[in-house]
Amino acid sequence: MKTTITVNGQARTLDVDSRTTLLDALREHLGLIGSKKGCDHGQCGACTVLVNGARINSCLSLLVMHDGDQVTTIEGLGTAENLHPVQQAFLENDAFQCGYCTPGQICSAVGMLQEAADGWPSQVMEDVAALVDLTEAEIRERMSGNICRCSAYPQIVAAIRSVAGDAA
Amino acid sequence: MRPFTYERAADALSAVKAVAENPGAKFLAGGTNLLDLMKLDIERPTHLVDVGRLPFAGVEEVNGGLRVGGAMVNSKLAAHPRVRELYPVLVRALVSGASGQLRNKATTAGNLLQRTRCAYFYDTTKPCNKRQPGSGCSALEGVHGSHDAIFGASKACIASHPSDMAVALTVLGASVETLTPSGASRTLAVQDLHRLPGDTPQVETDLAPGELITAVLLPPPPEGGQVYRKVRGRASYAHGIASVAVAGGRVALGAVAHKPWRAAHIEDALAAGASAVEAAEAELSKADRSDRNALKIALVGRLAAAAIEESKTRRTA
Ligand SMILES: Cc1cc2nc3c(=O)[nH]c(=O)nc-3n(C[C@H](O)[C@H](O)[C@H](O)COP(=O)(O)OP(=O)(O)OC[C@H]3O[C@@H](n4cnc5c(N)ncnc54)[C@H](O)[C@@H]3O)c2cc1C
Ligand code: SF4
Ligand code: FES
Ligand code: FES
Repeated sequence: MKTTITVNGQARTLDVDSRTTLLDALREHLGLIGSKKGCDHGQCGACTVLVNGARINSCLSLLVMHDGDQVTTIEGLGTAENLHPVQQAFLENDAFQCGYCTPGQICSAVGMLQEAADGWPSQVMEDVAALVDLTEAEIRERMSGNICRCSAYPQIVAAIRSVAGDAA
Repeated sequence: MRPFTYERAADALSAVKAVAENPGAKFLAGGTNLLDLMKLDIERPTHLVDVGRLPFAGVEEVNGGLRVGGAMVNSKLAAHPRVRELYPVLVRALVSGASGQLRNKATTAGNLLQRTRCAYFYDTTKPCNKRQPGSGCSALEGVHGSHDAIFGASKACIASHPSDMAVALTVLGASVETLTPSGASRTLAVQDLHRLPGDTPQVETDLAPGELITAVLLPPPPEGGQVYRKVRGRASYAHGIASVAVAGGRVALGAVAHKPWRAAHIEDALAAGASAVEAAEAELSKADRSDRNALKIALVGRLAAAAIEESKTRRTA
C-alpha cells in the first residue's frame, strides 16, 4: 500500500506490506537505523520517534496509519556539527553507556519537554490542575516509558534537568 | 503477523458498515493493544478499518458535563483544562496508565476495549478459554495471580480488566455513545459496557459486531473529593495489581473483576455512616476467596479504605 510520510523534513513514499511497522519502515526501508528495536511491544521506548511533534512508540504503529504525517527521528534532531540541546546535554552528562536506548531517550525527552511546557499533568503532581515544575521526580515519572538496561538513569535525569533549567 | 488488508475510514457510518459486513474485520485506533496482540498471533483480523482520524477527537461541554470523542488520545484528554478542573480522578487514572509515548496514541475507545493482561492469555502455548474457547483456563492452576479477579469470576475465566481510565469513568457514572450497524446511535453506561466472563469469556462487551464507540459522556462531577490510587509492581509504566477510584461517596475498583467494578457495598455502607475501613470490609467480605488471593483481598481492602480517607482531604470540582 502506497504511503507518503515526511521524515526529517523530506517527503518519502513507500509501497510496502500493510504489516510494516513505522519502526521497520524507518530502519529497513529508509535506512534510518538510529531508532532501535528493543522489545517490539511498547515496553521499552527504544523505538521512540516524534510524529507531528508527539513522542510515540514506532514499533506499535503501522506505516500505513501515518500517511501525510511528519516524522522526526534522532537523525533529524541535530547534526554532528550542530547537536540538538538535548543531544549536547546527554554528551556533557555522560548519560549513556552502551547507547542502545539513547536515541529513544533523546526523542522522548524532546517530546516530554514540550508536553511539560504545554502544562500536561503527570501522576506525581499533588494537584493535576496545577502548573508543571520539572523536578527530578517529575522527570523520572515522565520518562518512565524509556528503559535503560545499563541503568544510566541518574545521568539521564541530570541531562534533561540541565536542558529544562536552561529553557526556564 | 498474519496478512491483512487496511483501509482508512472516510466517515463513521462507512467504518461501521465495513466492520459489520466482514466477520474478519476490526477497528484500529491507536493500535497499541491490537497490534501488540496481532504480533503475538492472539488477535487475527483479516481486515483493519482505521478509525483513528475520524473527527471524534475533541471535548465539548454538554449539560454541565463533557462529551469526549472516542478517538481522542489519552494524553490530550488528561491535559484538557476542563477535564483537569472537573474530573481530577479521571486525569489521575489516565496519567497513571502506560507511558507518555503510549498515552499519545491510546484513544478513549481503544482504552476501554483493551484486552486483559492475564499471562496465560498472552502465552499461546497454554490453554485459555478467552483466546481459544473451550480449551480450558490455565490461570486456575497457574502461579499465583496478582492480576486475578476477586469479584464475579467464573470457572471458565478469572481474568481482570486492566484499564485505569475505565475505573474513573465508572466512578463518575459516565456512559458511552455508539453508532450501531443500523445507523442508529445508542448510549450505555460504562458500568454496563463490559460483561462478566460466565461461560463465554471471549465475549467481553455488550457491543454488537461493528458497533463503534463515538464518544464518552461525562455527567457533571459529583460533590466531594476525587482520588485515584493504584498499586503495581513498580512506580510507573506497569499495569495495576489493584486500583481504587473515589468521587464523593462513590467508589469503583480496578483490576479486581472482568470489568471495572462499582463498589456498591462500600457506597451503601458509607451512606449509612460506616467508617472507611468498615465500608471496605463490607465489599471485600463478598470477594471470591481462593487459596491464592488472600493477599490481593487484603491489599484491595486497605487501598480502598486509604483512598476513601484521602478523598476527604481532596478538592471538590
Ligand atoms: C507496555 C504497555 C503498558 C500499558 N500499561 C497500561 C496501564 O498501566 N494502564 C492502562 O489502563 N493501560 C495500559 N496499557 C494499555 C493501553 O492503555 C491500551 O493499549 C490503549 O488504551 C489502547 O488504545 P488504542 O487506541 O491504542 O486501541 P487499539 O489497540 O487500536 O484498539 C483496541 C481495541 O479497541 C477496538 N476499538 C478501537 N477504537 C474503537 C472504537 N471507536 N469503537 C469500537 N471499538 C474500537 C479495536 O478494534 C481493538 O479491539 C499499556 C499498554 C502497553 C503496551
Ligand atoms: S483467566 Fe481467562 S484469560 Fe486467563 S487463562 Fe483463564 S480463560 Fe484465559
Ligand atoms: S521497541 Fe518499541 S517500545 Fe520497545
Ligand atoms: S545506555 Fe545502555 S541501555 Fe541505556
